[in-house]
Amino acid sequence: MTRHIRHAGYFCALLLVALLLNAARVQVVQAPAYDRNPANRRPDITRYEQPRGDILVGGRAVTGSRDTREHLRYERTYTDGPMYAPVTGFASQLYGTTLLESTEDGVLSGADPMLAPFPLWNDFTRARNAGGDVVTTLHPAAQEAAYKGLAGRKGAVAALEPSTGRILALVSAPSYDPQPLSGNGSAAARAWTRLNADKDRPMLNRAVRQTYPPGSTFKVVTAAAALDAGVVTDLEAPTGSPDPYRLPGTRTRLTNAPKGCKDASVREAFTLSCNTVFAKLGVEVGVTDMTATAHAFGFNNGELRIPFPVARSTFDTTLDKAQLALSSIGQYNTRATPLQMAMVAAAVANGGQVRDPYLVERTTRPGGSTLATAGSRAIRQAMYPSTAVRLRAMMRDVVENGGGRKAAIRGAKVGGKTGTAQHGLGNSGTPYAWFVSWAQGERDMAARVAVAVVVEDAEARRGDISGGGDAAPIARAVMEAVLKSP
Amino acid sequence: MSKAGITVATADPPPPAVRRLPRRRGIELALIVLAVLLSVYGYCAVGLARHGTLPPGAAGYGAGLGVLALLAHLAVRLRAPYADPLLLPIGVLLNGLGLVLIYRLDLETPGDRAAPAQLVWSTLGVALFILVVLLLRDHRVLQRYTYVCVVAALVLLTLPILFPAVNGARLWIRIAGFSIQPGEFAKVLLAVFFAAYLAANRNALAYTGRRVWKLQLPTGRVLGPIVAVWLVSVGVLILERDLGTSLLFFGLFVVLLYVATGRTGWIAVGLLLASLGAVAVGRLEPHVHGRIETWLHPFASIEAGEGANQLAQSLFAFAEGGLLGAGLGLGHSYLIGFAVKSDFILATAGEELGLAGISAVFLLYGLLVERGFRAGLAQREPFGRLLAVGLASLVALQVFVIAGGVTGLIPLTGMAMPFLAQGGSSVVTNWAIVALLVRVSDSARRSYDGQDTR
Repeated sequence: MTRHIRHAGYFCALLLVALLLNAARVQVVQAPAYDRNPANRRPDITRYEQPRGDILVGGRAVTGSRDTREHLRYERTYTDGPMYAPVTGFASQLYGTTLLESTEDGVLSGADPMLAPFPLWNDFTRARNAGGDVVTTLHPAAQEAAYKGLAGRKGAVAALEPSTGRILALVSAPSYDPQPLSGNGSAAARAWTRLNADKDRPMLNRAVRQTYPPGSTFKVVTAAAALDAGVVTDLEAPTGSPDPYRLPGTRTRLTNAPKGCKDASVREAFTLSCNTVFAKLGVEVGVTDMTATAHAFGFNNGELRIPFPVARSTFDTTLDKAQLALSSIGQYNTRATPLQMAMVAAAVANGGQVRDPYLVERTTRPGGSTLATAGSRAIRQAMYPSTAVRLRAMMRDVVENGGGRKAAIRGAKVGGKTGTAQHGLGNSGTPYAWFVSWAQGERDMAARVAVAVVVEDAEARRGDISGGGDAAPIARAVMEAVLKSP
Repeated sequence: MSKAGITVATADPPPPAVRRLPRRRGIELALIVLAVLLSVYGYCAVGLARHGTLPPGAAGYGAGLGVLALLAHLAVRLRAPYADPLLLPIGVLLNGLGLVLIYRLDLETPGDRAAPAQLVWSTLGVALFILVVLLLRDHRVLQRYTYVCVVAALVLLTLPILFPAVNGARLWIRIAGFSIQPGEFAKVLLAVFFAAYLAANRNALAYTGRRVWKLQLPTGRVLGPIVAVWLVSVGVLILERDLGTSLLFFGLFVVLLYVATGRTGWIAVGLLLASLGAVAVGRLEPHVHGRIETWLHPFASIEAGEGANQLAQSLFAFAEGGLLGAGLGLGHSYLIGFAVKSDFILATAGEELGLAGISAVFLLYGLLVERGFRAGLAQREPFGRLLAVGLASLVALQVFVIAGGVTGLIPLTGMAMPFLAQGGSSVVTNWAIVALLVRVSDSARRSYDGQDTR
């Protein structure tokens, strides 16, 4: 009997070994695969177990966290949600994250390994780091001015500090409140459905994700190309351009809205915004030089991240002369984001240098000590400094004597360019009103701010739509807000 | 035949004549204190992890468990001084850990607290342990009640049919708010019956009847009653849809038959029958078929868009635990759902204590089983040997079936993890098992005078 008891015992030992081996299989070998299974809710539970770090604007948090005491415990809250939505995006338990909430998620959620004082020790103890904060470059007053300026309209504003590329304002209208999307209940689902069904597309970030035909504001680029290429040497000299201008190789006649464009000088044409003159200039500069200048300003760059990606602004490089003529006045295939046009204005204000724009000044640990700072940004020379000086003067002329009078600020140097972009089939759509500008305070060594404003559906009779009338006052408010601050 | 007899004789040499073995009660006491301290430590760890403070009941919990364990220890010291010193501490530690896990899971279900009831049942279990140790002077007395045991076992097994089903199985009887699972008690009674019957008839089983191939078939008169009992119990269990327990009884039957007769053929027959039964039931019974499907494809429900089922959630919990575990109180095994405190309690141990902790738990069970087998080996009269082996095998098989089920090794069958899982009947039964093992090991080691009691 003893032998058989032993055998039964060995059998039980075998069962024990099978259990141990299988436990090792499940808990060690298969564990990573199980952890990744989409039905495993543990990563989500862990993620929402602690409050998220905040996004700061001007030293104040525009985000927050609410303890729901549910399984996915902390929900995102937003202060002035609609105003900052084009910057923060949303952080939703159901729909994920967008914009800064997405690109800075590692820091905000605490998952970024840089937040751990001793990374390996954390792996061992499974401790989670509290979320860090993201300090933005936004100028609260400028953001507010832009947001209020666009109230009730459809459009976008982007404002930069020309010397650094810091983004001071980024507004898209109509906007939305990211708050209702935060949770995972039916309210979040309803808000999601409603926002997606809205034909005004409030979740579209028009400042960086939407491109528009830049219209006459693109004449800044054309002028820079013409000056750099030596096609124009004397701004005051007559250009010999006809009115109307027949597009090369076609019977299409290009006309002007203002009078006095025939044979106007470049300075006059710029102030009056003569299509004929700049269309002819673009053709004279040629595709190669026009393209090179547009590239230098940032067109056709699909890689720009601020840190979330910016839609590619385009300048077509395969053009015949008629298309080039239209492209040179910001029509045909030329399209730009408001941010891109702010970069154009900033380049003029900054001696011809373009800095890639950025939105995150630095990230901090929970206590406020710096984790990472925005590194130095790439600099491109978009035009000769001398060209920039001459363009600055022409842009100031627009504000002082031309269509940009509404952007003038007492005691400050302001340069601008209006634009009215045709679009739609046969140009049937309500034109977009553009205004790009920069401003330099009385005591400033350099321009402090460059702005681009686009208004999609300006509430005016079709004939009256103009960058000068609808967009310039918004730009002025933004610039004033920046100049006022010390 | 004579050859077989010689084999048996040489396999069972008379144990060496040792007059007295050391009692080692001090070791038992030390281990009990350690077990209680470990349990209290776990209780405090849960409180610290969840609330940042020691749980208010820690002292009371420790004192209660400690007093219970000390009373049991005193009973052993008094009436079973030669008993194996590991059995009781292992029971205390497993029961204490079970209470900690249930208390920890209670925090996730504030409306449904199971730990207080479990503490009451544990008290009853330890009381039964003490009663058995004090009153049952000699385990051989049980042999007198062979047929009482089998009748009682069958009655207990049949009773739940009269009561409504719970979660698809008729395993419970509900009286005055208490639910009892009589099948649990029937386990011990059947083990006693099998051991007693086989001890009485083992020679007839081994050496009479016709020989077919390598198998010595016993006469129907000898084999009949035990097969009948086994068939009835398994039949009843199938009616009640308790396949885990029917598998358990089958395994118990085969192991004891093998040990009693020494015939390897029984193992072959057992395995053959088990496979046939498993295939038949798996094909025909939709409930079991579903279990097997789930076992083969634990994530099929996820792919079908119905979310993770209990087994998938259990596997996620084990995976989250990894090597070292999330720490007591810091896991999310409550995601498993309603059976998390009973059938799936091991998943909580796996998630919060990790592979290290769960291996320790398995080894504790292994040690308990091993001490049971040792008690059987040290015992010289066949009833005691078979009883100890039967009880130890019961624990081993039950742990294997339930632990293998929740870790995806074998199809899941609902059973209670001995001592750990929520369930009064189970705790009480397991304390009875430990008590009987203590009894057998005490009598085995009490004295060796060289006399062969077989």
